[in-house]
Amino acid sequence: MPNRLHPALIGFAVLVYLFLMGPLVIVFGAALSDTTFLTFPPQGLTLRWFERIFEIGAFRRTIVTSVEIAFLATALALLIGIPAAYALNRYRIQLPAWLSTLFVLPILVPEIVLGFSLLRLVAVGQSAPIFLTLLIGHTLIVLPYCVRVISASLASFDFSIEEAAISLGSRPIKTFFTIVLPNVRSGVIAAFILAFITSINDVSVSLFLTGPGISTLPIQILAHVEQFFDPVIASVSVLLMLLTVAVMAIVERTLGLTFLAK
Amino acid sequence: MTHPLAVEHLTAHYGTTKVLDDLSLSVGAGELVSLLGASGCGKTTTLRLIAGFLEPTAGTITLGGEDLTRLPAYKRHIGLVFQNYALFPHLSVLDNVAFGLKQRGIATAERNKRARAMLERVGLDQLADRLPGALSGGQKQRVALARALVIEPPLLMFDEPLSNLDAKLRVDMRVEIRQLQRANNTTAVYVTHDQEEAFSISDRVAIMHQGRIMQLDTPEVLYQRPANAFVARFVGFENLIPMKVTARDGDDVTAQAPGGVALALPKARFGDIPDDFVLAARADGLAVTADPDAKGLPATLGLRTYLGRAYQYQCETEAGPLIANGPLSSPLELGSVARLVPVPDQCCVLRVE
Repeated sequence: MPNRLHPALIGFAVLVYLFLMGPLVIVFGAALSDTTFLTFPPQGLTLRWFERIFEIGAFRRTIVTSVEIAFLATALALLIGIPAAYALNRYRIQLPAWLSTLFVLPILVPEIVLGFSLLRLVAVGQSAPIFLTLLIGHTLIVLPYCVRVISASLASFDFSIEEAAISLGSRPIKTFFTIVLPNVRSGVIAAFILAFITSINDVSVSLFLTGPGISTLPIQILAHVEQFFDPVIASVSVLLMLLTVAVMAIVERTLGLTFLAK
Repeated sequence: MTHPLAVEHLTAHYGTTKVLDDLSLSVGAGELVSLLGASGCGKTTTLRLIAGFLEPTAGTITLGGEDLTRLPAYKRHIGLVFQNYALFPHLSVLDNVAFGLKQRGIATAERNKRARAMLERVGLDQLADRLPGALSGGQKQRVALARALVIEPPLLMFDEPLSNLDAKLRVDMRVEIRQLQRANNTTAVYVTHDQEEAFSISDRVAIMHQGRIMQLDTPEVLYQRPANAFVARFVGFENLIPMKVTARDGDDVTAQAPGGVALALPKARFGDIPDDFVLAARADGLAVTADPDAKGLPATLGLRTYLGRAYQYQCETEAGPLIANGPLSSPLELGSVARLVPVPDQCCVLRVE
């Protein structure tokens, strides 16, 4: 095989990168534009649109709500998803095949439908508080990702390792925490990140479930766009991205390191 | 610390399928018994029942007089060595070996000392700080062995421990396993599908089939005097010939093979021979000769293959297709007629089932 790359291949790779990076560059550029309307390339550079985000109360409130919901929904989904994925893999032979499909079902239901159903059944039907309904909705949409990603991790885990620990005198529950969990660490981290991103970016479910006084950031962005066309939208989008990257980095660091230290 | 193991009337089901059928087995203190059989014969199920990973539908398991049948697996203190080693990937070799001691609440310094001593015994003390991923297959299995032995278990069990290793290492490792087991005088149960491995390592071997033990005996007895047709075929008696006794005369019994040939069988070798029986012979136990007067089964010779020590012939006889060996000095041609003469000390007599 010749070591030299074909020029067409290089060209294709560049196109793919442009396609991936393009939107990011445009949003970043637009956020810095010293104009009162969205434009790219930016005309003049300013950070005032980032300051402006925090002058608008609705943005301040929804950023907090979005982060709270994303963290809580992810935590809940992991709390349900890790044991579910464990059971589905550990007892794969004994359990019926449709059971693992059950955990993917929320992905198959269009999110709009899911949002509307939750609105009718939980928010209106049970008069549940908006925050709680939002949390249930987000937990539902991120749970399938958690189960799938952790399942994939567990699929390559050899359960005789668990049996070895038990035969050496370790209780099954303790074995789960000291032996099984450290070995699916990467799956748990990936599930966390995926779930968090899915939740914090969600529009379709939140659209139905947000109500008076409580909204999420993407819904607030949507509401803002309907009335204004200023670069705040771009700057808040950048902020949302930075927030997500920060969470990813923190999770990677803390979860990764604490598990490794054991 | 060594204890006898007694398994009595053990029955187990997977759902509604019966996988073990009234199995009884006793292993003496310090004895190594192998469970040998094809996959699906119930050998691994038996091991998992003894380890406590499965629950029997009936029967009891006792170890040194203590009833284990309903005891959870983590309280049984049985040393286990798995086929795929089952080392803890996130723990160092030393921590792997010390794991069992940690569960027993032994202080760090003491358990590390004992784990190191055990690693030294399996020749791996240099690798104590490595992670299992950095070890070869043979090294991993040594760590697994050290991890199981360091807790000084009253019973040591092996589940196909050598099947992931290459042929040369397999032979070395089985000698090492046997030496360690002997030195510690630990009662052991060894599951394998490899006959040579089972025979070479064991005090006694249980040959299993469809959830039952077909015969439990020393390797020598199994190899030379199988108790039934299944075990005979398993240990390589390719030829099973139905026979009928026609005359009994003191120390000799005359029996007729299909096709009417009468063969004389010395009682001294075969003991009591029932009126109807099956004569079992390996290919070596039927000598091919061109001599038409020889006392043997008439046969038409088929394909001849060269074994190095003899020629082997696929033969057509009145008793059906048989496999027999002939001397290198006189190769016979395809299609020629010959006699197959039973060699008494290479044959055995089985009851008709």
